[in-house]
Amino acid sequence: MAKSKPKFEEHLARLEKIVAELEGGDLTLDDSLARYEEGVKALKKCYEILRDAEKRVEILLKSDDGGLKTAPFEPEEESEPLKEE
Amino acid sequence: MTALFPASGAPMTAPPRQAADGSPIYTVAQLTRQIRETLERHVGLVWLTGEISNLRVPASGHCYFTLKDESAQIAAVMWRTLSETLKFKMAEGLSVLAQGEVTVYEPRGQYQISVRRIEPLGVGALQLAFLQMKERLEKEGLFDPARKRPIPMFPRAVALVTSPTGAAIRDMLRVIRRRCPSTRVIVCPVRVQGDEAAGEIAEGIALVNRIADVEVMIVGRGGGSIEDLWPFNEERVARAIARSRIPVISAVGHETDFTISDFVADLRALTPTDAANQVVPDAGQLAEDLDSLRRRLGRALTASAASARERLAGLAQRCEPRRFDERIREREQHVDELCQRLVRSAQRAVEFQGRRLGALSGRIESLSPYAVLRRGYSITLREPQGAAVRDAAELRAGDFVRTRLHRGEFRARVEGTSPAQPE
Repeated sequence: MAKSKPKFEEHLARLEKIVAELEGGDLTLDDSLARYEEGVKALKKCYEILRDAEKRVEILLKSDDGGLKTAPFEPEEESEPLKEE
Repeated sequence: MTALFPASGAPMTAPPRQAADGSPIYTVAQLTRQIRETLERHVGLVWLTGEISNLRVPASGHCYFTLKDESAQIAAVMWRTLSETLKFKMAEGLSVLAQGEVTVYEPRGQYQISVRRIEPLGVGALQLAFLQMKERLEKEGLFDPARKRPIPMFPRAVALVTSPTGAAIRDMLRVIRRRCPSTRVIVCPVRVQGDEAAGEIAEGIALVNRIADVEVMIVGRGGGSIEDLWPFNEERVARAIARSRIPVISAVGHETDFTISDFVADLRALTPTDAANQVVPDAGQLAEDLDSLRRRLGRALTASAASARERLAGLAQRCEPRRFDERIREREQHVDELCQRLVRSAQRAVEFQGRRLGALSGRIESLSPYAVLRRGYSITLREPQGAAVRDAAELRAGDFVRTRLHRGEFRARVEGTSPAQPE
């Protein structure tokens, strides 16, 4: 399991820091280029995560042996709006 | 289609038809009317005790509430003309002694008590138990803001511990799909009202904790009476939320409903829809933010490169031929300076030597043999050789000599000589 994969917000935070450092203008050209490369990588990761469309809605079910499984889930359509009093 | 019957039940305009066995066939209105009359006649005006719950006072000013105890409840209404004269404030959980008539609200087919008099008996046992439990949990620190964990900004998977039917789940799924279609949603179906609900909700929270990738869960349900929401006030649910490894958003009922689970949860949402809005980011907005960061990244590098170029240009300028020229000119100037100094010093040397020469020539003049002539001495030279005559023995009578005086000279012939006297 890629459990320790950095999360989206970690990539985003890294990216924001890099942009701020670059904009600060205190870096050498070599450092700037290295940071830029790193920033582009973080950006790519962010886009990937954003586009990684699972689009899954599942319902959690307990199997007979006590384990857990999931099945696709579609809530029943509203035949008529339920109004609360 | 109105078919009203007098209290006796005797038909006026449209008599009930009879079933085959001779029993009457009622309309709903007729049956309801009969139930109402039965209740009013046989129960009528009563005294009863119970706790006020689910109190609502709409714009009309009439008071609607429920009277309940541990095992039962009855809908109650107190009309404005009566409720306005009350000396105490009607409040949720208040234990009361009430007097009223049992009747039926026909449009809803609901029996209720129309309260005429009501007196407070203090905080009810149920409410007291609830308050004590709340106090205990608070003392344990379950409501401590420091316990609250941040809600992840972009969860890979979200779990919904709620009823799989009804408006709440539909609202939440709709909002999540619209905001962030890429988020995986796992519904953990539980009952959200009734005696079994608290146990199922608590178990659901524990189950969700076993699913990898789930980074946040919403626990909640749509609006309802305080009794309907009660499972979210139960200690089991509170403890399950507190134990959860995964952050919990509590979304119970409407904005005005507060339950224990709201206090224990890491975040309280006003409604299930609000919870869904908070649980996932707006992917469109996020994409825009990323685009903006991408542009800033590009610009920052360009700026960085430009500044490096500028610095390079600065350095290059310092190395350019123009600088060399300058240095050469500097050297030349130095040489010129040295040259001038040399000339000046030479002149000084010449002047100095000149002055020395002058002094010397003065001295030399004083040493000149001619200088003595002024004092009356003369020099005699033998002709024609011109050699100075120092001894008379060099001359004979008849030699010609030339004698120089201070001024001018003369020529003479030697008449005779006298040798020098020995000293």
